[in-house]
Amino acid sequence: MRVDILYFAWMREAVGTAQEVVDIPAEVATVADLAVWLSTLSEGHKAALGDSEKLRCAVNQQMAGPDARLEGAREIAFFPPVTGG
Amino acid sequence: MTSVSVQTEPFDPGVEAEALEQLGAGAIATFTGLVRSDDGVDAMTLEHYPGMTEAALEALITEAKTRWSLAGARIVHRVGRLEVGARIVFVGTASAHRKDALEACAFLIDRLKTDAPFWKKEDRAGAESWVAARDKDEDAAARWKA
Repeated sequence: MRVDILYFAWMREAVGTAQEVVDIPAEVATVADLAVWLSTLSEGHKAALGDSEKLRCAVNQQMAGPDARLEGAREIAFFPPVTGG
Repeated sequence: MTSVSVQTEPFDPGVEAEALEQLGAGAIATFTGLVRSDDGVDAMTLEHYPGMTEAALEALITEAKTRWSLAGARIVHRVGRLEVGARIVFVGTASAHRKDALEACAFLIDRLKTDAPFWKKEDRAGAESWVAARDKDEDAAARWKA
């Protein structure tokens, strides 16, 4: 399944890109699975996504927990806890 | 009237409040957040998630309208580089009586801090660092759990 992956804030800097298209293997079923799989792509990905405590995710621009499933996902974003306001 | 704006341009809280006054309600509550000079901060840069940010802010207003009787609500949030003292965020609410406007205004800014995808990077004399999320913001948002 091909999806757009977006990164924000220091995770974008760690990965080295704001956006990439990836082909997700069938066995990657959840947000948590995806973070683990993406972490294997590079040292930067590992630095960004390796600590699940600091990881937040949105699937199709809706906040999604680690157990959220990826069916129907077109755009998946990873980012640290938000700090607006 | 409900509206949200995510913009690089400055905003005028007086103009925003006057727009709410035009609704003819009896009470207006507003909150304006500014860049603090904490620990030598010179400026900060705000990043956001275009599309999702606006939707998240609109969802917060929709939730506020189910909990309080509001004639209108307005959220303006700036992004990009902001110097110390610059306005970052405006939240305004209008209602018939003060309680709805005051509580809804506090709800919107508390939940904005935990639910809307914005990230701050501080600049201290050219040294940049990302702001970490604070537990007390989570606590402030949690008090609005229904």
